[in-house]
Amino acid sequence: MARVILQNVWKRFGDAEIVKDFSLEVPDKEFCVLVGPSGCGKSTTLRMVAGLEEVTAGDIIIGDRRVNDLPPKDRDIAMVFQNYALYPHMTVYENMAFGLKLKKFSDPEISMRVKEAAEILGIAHLLDRKPKQLSGGQRQRVAVGRAIVRKPKVFLFDEPLSNLDAKLRVQMRAELKKMHERLQSTIIYVTHDQTEAMTMGDRICIMKDGSIQQVDNPLSVYEKPDNRFVGGFIGSPPMNFMEAEVIVRGEECFLNEGMFEIAVRRRYKDNVMPYVNKKLILGIRPEDIHDKLSFTLNLKEGNVMSGMVDVVEPLGSEIFLHVNTGKNEIICRVDAHSKVQPNNIIELVVDTRKIHLFEAETGCSILQ
Amino acid sequence: MSWVHNEAFVGYCFIMPNLVGFLAFTLLPVLASLIVSFTSWDLLSPPRFVGFKNFIDIFGFSLIPEAALASWTDYLFVWQYLTPKDPGFWQYLYNTAFLMLGIPFGMICSLFIAIVMNRKLRGIMFFRTIYFLPSISSLVAVALLWRWIYNPDYGLLNALLGFIGIQGPSWLTHPLWAKISLILMGLWSGVGGTNMLLYLAALQGIPQHLYEAADIDGANALHKFMHITIPMLSPTSFFIFIMSVIGGFQGGFQSAYLMTRGGPGGATTTLEYYIYNNAFKWFSMGKASALAWFLFLVILLVTMVNWKYGGKKVHYQYI
Ligand SMILES: Nc1ncnc2c1ncn2[C@@H]1O[C@H](COP(=O)(O)OP(=O)(O)OP(=O)(O)O)[C@@H](O)[C@H]1O
Ligand SMILES: [Mg+2]
Repeated sequence: MARVILQNVWKRFGDAEIVKDFSLEVPDKEFCVLVGPSGCGKSTTLRMVAGLEEVTAGDIIIGDRRVNDLPPKDRDIAMVFQNYALYPHMTVYENMAFGLKLKKFSDPEISMRVKEAAEILGIAHLLDRKPKQLSGGQRQRVAVGRAIVRKPKVFLFDEPLSNLDAKLRVQMRAELKKMHERLQSTIIYVTHDQTEAMTMGDRICIMKDGSIQQVDNPLSVYEKPDNRFVGGFIGSPPMNFMEAEVIVRGEECFLNEGMFEIAVRRRYKDNVMPYVNKKLILGIRPEDIHDKLSFTLNLKEGNVMSGMVDVVEPLGSEIFLHVNTGKNEIICRVDAHSKVQPNNIIELVVDTRKIHLFEAETGCSILQ
Repeated sequence: MSWVHNEAFVGYCFIMPNLVGFLAFTLLPVLASLIVSFTSWDLLSPPRFVGFKNFIDIFGFSLIPEAALASWTDYLFVWQYLTPKDPGFWQYLYNTAFLMLGIPFGMICSLFIAIVMNRKLRGIMFFRTIYFLPSISSLVAVALLWRWIYNPDYGLLNALLGFIGIQGPSWLTHPLWAKISLILMGLWSGVGGTNMLLYLAALQGIPQHLYEAADIDGANALHKFMHITIPMLSPTSFFIFIMSVIGGFQGGFQSAYLMTRGGPGGATTTLEYYIYNNAFKWFSMGKASALAWFLFLVILLVTMVNWKYGGKKVHYQYI
């Protein structure tokens, strides 16, 4: 009942088209993450749902109602802002109670709801403090608390964790997820951090320059990116991209990078055949490139490459190598105990089951 | 040559021009006036040390001569038999306080204009300039204008009042209306000035997202004004209030001098005016200095009280 639907929504500021033909359906109780690089229009989209920006064209539906012309207060939504937007002159209690007071709830009811929310968020002991007496994480919780006391149909989050330090972010990520489970509400969550998107979303909507690139669950987005942008945006370190020419030798199809060749699996052959003797963009994730020494799967000829190690980045759990193939600089992930040193020549094996191929001009995936 | 390399010396050299000016024209006269306040001095003959006489003359009370303090109850209510030695001083203190009644109105008007000026309208810069003009106009010109407005017979104000059938008072020659006239003129020339600019800057400094959060919380325009604008402006209001009170204690001479000469019957004479009269009309430099020091202490007190108790009600941004 509290689904959110955006139908062909446009937003223009003067001549600038900020959101272009945006259509998305968020079903009831879903945790949907809008993700994209800075300035792609995520906040603008969210603010249109909230009613803080007008829609230039298209429809926004919350529940069963078209809300284009409703003011924010009548949309039954709550929003958590990036900088929290707590009222600095009010105590934590007053901050959380403000919306309820304006809605003319009775004092005992307000008190009950605020205390309940404060319990959930672990801020019950802070109710008398002013925002300036709180740490960043505590402010963040108050901002969330202010949203949940209202028991809205839909929660809107605009980069709520971006002002927190890395550790707290991980913790709050889990807490927000738990909160979602508990409240069973619809959430639209904006972030530019692909890790947040991957870890929190039931579904991820990836945006670029105001348009949707792909909407799917995190795993599908990761494994089957619709285009080069999505492939590069989701995943850290990012997918390696290199130009490769499609060549046919006998029955077999190969991708020639210039310095090495990769055999195309039979099941992708039909996808690749139209591009024979043309260039494609080959995308390989760092974890799909292995050190030949420790690679245990059976090797097929044609998927080995070699290169010189430029940089070694040990993370403890794994090591990222920056390797120069002679034409491209690629990143690959190897075992934490690998003895590779900079300037070594290293032999690498590509897991050909996991490669991605994109059209050179459009960037669209040809494997889907 | 080593002194060239002495940073402290070079530093003092840099502040020397200002420092000399401050010492010679501010600090020295201030200290001198403290000494003068214990003397009797008419600028011509040498000052004569008189101890606390000036202060007693100003603040002192004397017994009504015919008061017969017979019983002990008379002593209990002795204040009934006291008359101030300088009734003028108390009247002028009252006048000064009365004129400060304009401060809250001035603040409200400044805020109101600032809110209007904060709109993103076409040509808003033009209106900001227009509203700012009175505060930088020569007070002499402003006073001329207002003397004409207040003229009881052919002035603008009474003409307007005449239209709606009200017989206006003779503004500048009635003890109460004269004070109110000065307050009104002060409002007119002050509201669009510095205070308005301070409010305007403060309004623009209120983060937009607070209003958006309030929108989502369900606040209407009045709620937002009462629960966000006013509290967020409190540091500015506090500052303006302190500065206005201080200005109020120190002020009132110029407009009263130009409009009413302190009259009628001293009804618009403020402490500042009284200091001027003592110093440059009656050449009692001692008494003038004593009054000036009294004023200084009052202002010091006001400032300290304000900071101690007002500071707690002031809300600053938390980031
Ligand atoms: N009121 C406005 N007038 C004109 N342009 C605007 C306005 N608001 C936003 N924009 C532009 O719209 C674009 C998208 O802004 P938006 O805030 O939605 O980006 P975002 O995806 O949320 O980025 P970030 O991750 O940095 O928050 C930006 O280029 C911005 O300059
Ligand atoms: Mg944003």
